[in-house]
Amino acid sequence: MSTMKQNDSKIRFDLQIIASWIEPRSKVLGLGCGEGELLHFLKKNKGVTCTGIELNEDKVAKCVEKGLTVIQGDINEEVLDYPDDAFDYVILSQTLQQIYEPGELIRSMLRIGKRGVVSFPSFSHWSVRLQLLITGHAPITKELPYGWHNTPNIRVIALKDFRRFSRETGFSILREVAINTDHHEKSGNIIKLFANLRATYGIFLIGKGKQ
Amino acid sequence: MSEYIEHDKTGVSVGIVEKKFFTFAQPPKEMTLENGSTLGPVTLAYETYGELNPDRSNAVLIMHALSGDSHAAGYYNNDDAKPGWWEIMVGPGRGIDTNKYFVICSNILGSCMGSTGPGSINPETSKPFGLDFPVVTIGDMVTAQKALIDHLDIERVLSVVGGSIGGLQVLEWCLRYPNRIVSAIPLATTPKHSALTIAFNEVARQAIMADPNWNNGHYYGGAKPDLGLAVARMIGHITYLSDESMRHKFGRRLQDRSDFSFNFDADFQVESYLRYQGSKFVERFDANSFLYITKAADYFDLTRQYDSGSLVKAFSRAMAKFLVVSFTSDWLYPTYQSKAIVKAMKKNGLDVSFCEIEADWGHDAFLLPNERLTALIKGFLERVYNETE
Repeated sequence: MSTMKQNDSKIRFDLQIIASWIEPRSKVLGLGCGEGELLHFLKKNKGVTCTGIELNEDKVAKCVEKGLTVIQGDINEEVLDYPDDAFDYVILSQTLQQIYEPGELIRSMLRIGKRGVVSFPSFSHWSVRLQLLITGHAPITKELPYGWHNTPNIRVIALKDFRRFSRETGFSILREVAINTDHHEKSGNIIKLFANLRATYGIFLIGKGKQ
Repeated sequence: MSEYIEHDKTGVSVGIVEKKFFTFAQPPKEMTLENGSTLGPVTLAYETYGELNPDRSNAVLIMHALSGDSHAAGYYNNDDAKPGWWEIMVGPGRGIDTNKYFVICSNILGSCMGSTGPGSINPETSKPFGLDFPVVTIGDMVTAQKALIDHLDIERVLSVVGGSIGGLQVLEWCLRYPNRIVSAIPLATTPKHSALTIAFNEVARQAIMADPNWNNGHYYGGAKPDLGLAVARMIGHITYLSDESMRHKFGRRLQDRSDFSFNFDADFQVESYLRYQGSKFVERFDANSFLYITKAADYFDLTRQYDSGSLVKAFSRAMAKFLVVSFTSDWLYPTYQSKAIVKAMKKNGLDVSFCEIEADWGHDAFLLPNERLTALIKGFLERVYNETE
């Protein structure tokens, strides 16, 4: 386990890791970009050309006010309009667990982008396992804070499952990091040992074709 | 577009402004129009607010809609009852900040607010043109605006901004003079009129042409087709609102009475409102200009114009950075039409932002005070201005 301390502590720890993977002056599409925290950071600090897609009008407006390029719309539909390899990276941060057709979306991401970045809260963290085992209730954690009846998270993903999914769907994992942090924290830990059990989030850099 | 602006109480304004005139295309160098005919001399009425910066890079060109004019902001004198039509958006510290930008707004070709149109004197006959005025297009309007920009010695306009028919001009600018603009803000607009929009315009035109006073467009100096123009305006006002906004604004409430009149007076508030809007409009607008401008808007079709057959190919000429905005309750230019524009821009790798603003007020929403719209325009303009430096 190594503690990562970044110079810029303004953005979330998981976003700091993603930002560290993005080449300066590249072209990035952020799917479900929220208020544009990551894109704004990339634009300001790495000279990245950014576009965001976000469904929520308030968040879209916040992005435009920050000087970002953003399109209001459904990510599953909006990705269809871009030409092949239009971006160097297409980022799907903390959203995969809410996607109805994850295979379709990842295929689109790797069509319009040369590489993809996917991050999600891990459902195989020990606290999740323990809750179900001991209490018999559907687990609720900091990272997965919803009840069964109101959760937007329709996919239950473990790090191991995502690796298997990459083999089945036919894309490659170029880099992966498992982290343990409350994602609102500005710092966190990278988990190397027993990641599937101990990590709260997984972040993957993915590429076209099989490994 | 409707008229909403009453006297501004905040006191934030560009203040006293002046309507200016620019005349060009003097014979024999007349302007060649899209329909092949020539027109000249051509005069555009225009106003400017704010200061042009030393490198002439802070110009924002505003395009008005059907019934607007060059008077986007400010007052003509201290006794002026009303400011310009977009006072809420244009002024010191406002969405289009006149402390930062040099704002230009001109009256469109074919209109009647100081620019050359069917009510102007035909130099060949020394009488008003009437229907001898050539049928101008949105492209012709933009060509005339570009002559004004040349005259003002502005190489590249920082942004072209407009809603509704003003938005059609914005889109035309992007394809006709792509290297003369840095960015564009088309609001509540469309790449081409739908059958629904053409249908409303046609009914409005028929109302004018059915008025006996219209007299094939030759009514200048005599009785004007006021009744026809008033009905045309009433139809327009229906399309500018929405089911929701009319329910809020009028419902089935009666006007100055407690029961039905059992005759054909204006019983309902909505009737009274439409009659008032119609009668107010005829005082200031020329019926023939209404015919010409609505026809130009109906003809507008970007896919046909840039003989490509597809909106995607049409936008391959564009270079600007875009902010496209639509409104949820706009049924005249619904969101799907703005989305078609956005899609074509995306396919061409253009820098485009899009926002659909939740608003109950129908097509007119772009003219009403809206903090969201103001913030979007302000943020977008700041960004494109910073990126040109």
